[in-house]
Amino acid sequence: MAKITFITSDNETIELEGTSGSVMELAVEHNVKGIDGDCGGVCSCATCHVHVKPEDMTKTGPASETETDMLELDDNADEYSRLCCQLEIGDSLDGVVLKVAK
Amino acid sequence: MMEKYELLDPFEKARLEKGFEEMDDQEDPVKMILRHKDVRKTAHNYKTFTSAAVPGRIVVPSEINIRKTRQIPFELDPPVHGVYRALIEPWFKRPLQEEYTEKLTAQIAELVEETLIRDQVEVIEEFALILQSRALTLLLNIPFKEAETWISWGTHVFRSEDTALDGDKANILYKYIDGQIEKAIENPSEDLYSLLLASEVDGKKLTKEEVKGVMVLTFAGGRDTIINAVTNAIVYLSGHQESLERFRKEPEIIGKAVEEMIRYFSPLTQIGRVVTEDTYVCEHAVKADTRVSLCWASANRDASVFENPNQIVVDRKINPHVGFGFSHHNCLGASHARQIMRVLLGTLAKKVESIELFDFKENIEELGEIKRKVGYDYLNAKFNRLTK
Ligand code: FES
Repeated sequence: MAKITFITSDNETIELEGTSGSVMELAVEHNVKGIDGDCGGVCSCATCHVHVKPEDMTKTGPASETETDMLELDDNADEYSRLCCQLEIGDSLDGVVLKVAK
Repeated sequence: MMEKYELLDPFEKARLEKGFEEMDDQEDPVKMILRHKDVRKTAHNYKTFTSAAVPGRIVVPSEINIRKTRQIPFELDPPVHGVYRALIEPWFKRPLQEEYTEKLTAQIAELVEETLIRDQVEVIEEFALILQSRALTLLLNIPFKEAETWISWGTHVFRSEDTALDGDKANILYKYIDGQIEKAIENPSEDLYSLLLASEVDGKKLTKEEVKGVMVLTFAGGRDTIINAVTNAIVYLSGHQESLERFRKEPEIIGKAVEEMIRYFSPLTQIGRVVTEDTYVCEHAVKADTRVSLCWASANRDASVFENPNQIVVDRKINPHVGFGFSHHNCLGASHARQIMRVLLGTLAKKVESIELFDFKENIEELGEIKRKVGYDYLNAKFNRLTK
C-alpha cells in the first residue's frame, strides 16, 4: 500500500492510496486534474507529466531515456520531471509528493 | 510469404543513410524527414518550420489549388494555435466520457452484428466507412441519420479514383459545411457547429470562415485515417486469430494494442511544414519558403527507438510512437480515434472467432522514389461468429 499525494496546478492537494498499477492509472481513476493519460500508459502522449518533490526523487528514481526524450522538448520539464505512467505503485513509493505539470 | 497485414517500411534505407528523402509534389517539392528524433525536434520548432503557411500548403499532396479555407487549429502556429485549440479541446475529449463510450459501443456492436450475418462484406465501403460516419455523428453531437449523407459520398470525398486531389469533390464537402453552418445560425442546438458559432476569441465571435475551418479539419482529418486504421486492423486480425483470443482473455491489453497498431499502420504518412529561414535538415541545407515534412510513418519504424519495429507486438509496453503527431499540433481527434479502435477491438473479441479474407487491392502512395502501402482500395472478407 502506498500513499501518493498530488498537487494540481490550482494548488489542490489530493491524497490517494494505491496497491498496484501505475500512478497515472490511479490519478485518472480519481480524476486528478491535469493528468489525462491519453495513451493509456505506453509513453507516447506525455499527458501524465508530474514533477517529483526533489527530496522524493530517491523513491521514484530518475526518468528513463524514453521519458527524457519525450520530455526534452517540453518547456515545462526539469530534472524532477517524470511521466507518471512509468511509476509503478509499490511500497517504495509510499509518501511521495507529485506536482502535476499541467 | 509476406503476411497480408504487413505494411513494409519503405523508408529504412534512406532513414539510415541520409535521414531524409525528397519527393516532388506538384512543383512544390518536399524534403521528408525520416528519423524519430529529427521528426520530433522539427515538429516542436514551429518558428523555423511553420504551419501557418498558405492554406493547403502544409498538406502533402498540397491542396493549395483546391481550397482557400484555413484549417483551424491545424494551419496556425503557437501562440494563436493554442488559443483556438483550448476552445475546442474539451469537446474533442468527450469520447472519453462513459455515456459517450456506451453509445459508441452500441453503434459498433450493431455494425458487427450486421456484418456477421453476411456471407461477404467489402470492408472499406460496407464496414469502415459506415463505422467512421456513424461515430462522427457522436463527435459532432448531431442526429444519427446524418451519417447516411456522408456514407453516400463514398470513401473518397476529397479524392477521386484517378487523381489525388479533386476540386469538384472537395466542393461537395465545403458546400455541405456552409449549409450546415447556415442551419446552425438559424437554429442553434447542442452540436459542434453551434458551439463554435457561439465561441469567442479575444472577445470576438468566430467568423463563419473560422467555423468552417474547424469543421473542414474535423471531416477531412478523421476520414481516411480512421478508415485505414480500421481496415488494417481487420486484415491483421484475419491472420492473427490468437490476438482476438488474447483480447478476450486480457481486455486490459487492448489499449496497448491500439497504440501499437497506430504505430505500425501510421494511418497518416506525413504532414508538411514550410521553412521560414535558411536552415539545415540532417546536415543538408534547406532554403526559406521550401517545404519539409514530418514523416510519422518512417519515425514509427525507427529501430533506434523501437525494438522489432517491423512486428506488431500487441502488448508493447513502452511505445513512444508519433502516429498522432507530436508537440503542439498532436492530433485533435486522437481521443475519438483511440476510443473507436478500443471499442472495435473489444467488440470483435467478444463476437468474432475469425475473419477470412478474399480478394483485395492495396492502396499504394507514391512518394518520389518511395512507394508506401497505406491501406486498401477494396477488401472482401467474412466475419465468423464466436460460438463458444
Ligand atoms: S499516459 Fe501517455 S505518456 Fe504517460
